[in-house]
Amino acid sequence: MSDRTFGFRTRALHAGTPPDPTTGARAMPIYLSASFVFESTEHAAELYSLRNYGNIYTRISNPTVAAFEEKIASLEGGLGAVATASGQAAQLIAILSLAQAGDHLVSSANIYGGTITQFSVTLKRMGIETTFVPDAQPRAMAAAIKPNTKALFAETIGNPLGNVADIAELAALAHQYGIPLVVDNTFASPYLCRPIEHGADIVVHSATKFISGQGRVIAGALIEAGSFDWASGKHPLISEPSPGYHGMTFSETFVEYAYLMRARAEVLRDVGACLSPMDAWLLIGGLETLALRMDAHVANAVKVAEFLESHRQVAWLNYPGLASNPQRHLVHKYLPRGAGSIMTFGPRGGRAAAVKFIEALELWSHLANVGDAKSLVIHPASTTHQQLTDDEMQTAGITPDMIRLSVGLEDAEDLIWDLDRALTL
Amino acid sequence: MIAATPAQRRAILDRSRTVAMVGASANPQRPSYFVYRYLLTHGFDVHGVNPAYATIDGRACYASLEEYVRAHGPPDIVDVFRKASAAPQAAADAIAAKAKAIWFQYGVIDERATRLADQAGLDVVVDRCMKVEHARFRGGLSVAGMNSGVLSSKRRSGRM
Repeated sequence: MSDRTFGFRTRALHAGTPPDPTTGARAMPIYLSASFVFESTEHAAELYSLRNYGNIYTRISNPTVAAFEEKIASLEGGLGAVATASGQAAQLIAILSLAQAGDHLVSSANIYGGTITQFSVTLKRMGIETTFVPDAQPRAMAAAIKPNTKALFAETIGNPLGNVADIAELAALAHQYGIPLVVDNTFASPYLCRPIEHGADIVVHSATKFISGQGRVIAGALIEAGSFDWASGKHPLISEPSPGYHGMTFSETFVEYAYLMRARAEVLRDVGACLSPMDAWLLIGGLETLALRMDAHVANAVKVAEFLESHRQVAWLNYPGLASNPQRHLVHKYLPRGAGSIMTFGPRGGRAAAVKFIEALELWSHLANVGDAKSLVIHPASTTHQQLTDDEMQTAGITPDMIRLSVGLEDAEDLIWDLDRALTL
Repeated sequence: MIAATPAQRRAILDRSRTVAMVGASANPQRPSYFVYRYLLTHGFDVHGVNPAYATIDGRACYASLEEYVRAHGPPDIVDVFRKASAAPQAAADAIAAKAKAIWFQYGVIDERATRLADQAGLDVVVDRCMKVEHARFRGGLSVAGMNSGVLSSKRRSGRM
């Protein structure tokens, strides 16, 4: 073996997916098996006690799923990953691995509506409170930290406003308080931004989006940097004996792997939101072309944004990749290869014009998703963020006229043709 | 040599079979017991060195490295599970035992101990886990969804 540090594209193709040791298959096989045979009772005991590595049951680990996990961990520059049934599951497992009833989180307020609800309703019912801070403003985030705060949460690129988090600032702040920074990197993908390189401790993904890149899979992943000190006493779930694993103290037994081992062996095991090997296999294929696709997404998005910015029927446009973006210093720092392919705009004529526009589109698919190879459009106020209260919607920056675009990989001229038609109809 | 790269660590593991584990524990929750069991089930001939035990899992455990050497000869690796302040003594003992390598586990970081062993011609690994490094090269880490850092299009044997 060599000690070479391989590049992103090489890792996208090779990390986690060497030839299959049993058959020599060069493409990762789909191990659709619920369980795996033990070699002996001693072997079974070694696996159950976590003293040896191996597969027991696909709810906890599976060879195809593990290949995806290692690949995404490598691309994010993390220590390891846990794949989950969805992005929501990744977030839930990421939080439940470090917080419990009586604990508190501080989160950016300008994030995906489903995340806001998961935190403000479901986690609250489980006894975990969240304080939401507009724009993830570092000073306001600091002011919201309490003695029982266990983590900070933000999105690299906020959904749908495109607000860019100052990851390095937030990480420094979190570490000052002995807590980790959790970053949802869905809109950027590890090709455009690697939050761990800027100090983030945990990265979560809806792998349904750019990682899959094909709109065929619901999936998620959490990745940990491996540098956070879980043994400080601030996170007793990890640094004190766990009744969920016969009194094991994860930070003592697994040291740098403590968080990931607890996330898998206890939380994924008990929540049960595991990824299907079939879906993991599709995600492996998706990651192989991530770099190529993201460059093409960004190139198309810039063309679409430039078209919309100068269109007489467009009242406003918000795309972090525009030169006029007020956060361009953050874009320059965290997204040097481009600010993704998701943007929002308001047509002249408000909500009624927005509805008319969406219904007039021919090529753009009206649906709830982003990051597909196909171009997508949605009206957040009546869909992705409709469960929010008026106040929450206002804090999240969702206006009634807002249209969200996810620019795909079609010919940019065709996309622009369709947008122009629908705007001027 | 102070083994700083994965390839150097792999070379030490690949050529080694006998391990004297200083500070081995019979307590099934302790990291040293995890490593002890893992190495035993992966072809290593491991014995504990700890005055607290006569045996661990039915295998002889020795009060000192000197006693280990009397029974087994010089070990390929002395694996150290002690507090950092005990590292220089462990290094001196490993040199006296004519060990080929000394492996300081997570957190056993002591510059003097490292220098001492290196100057005596032992290969030295610092602040790494023998189990994790072995699993990195044999596929165990990958099975657990961890980033092994190993990229290869060569076919490896199936057993982890």
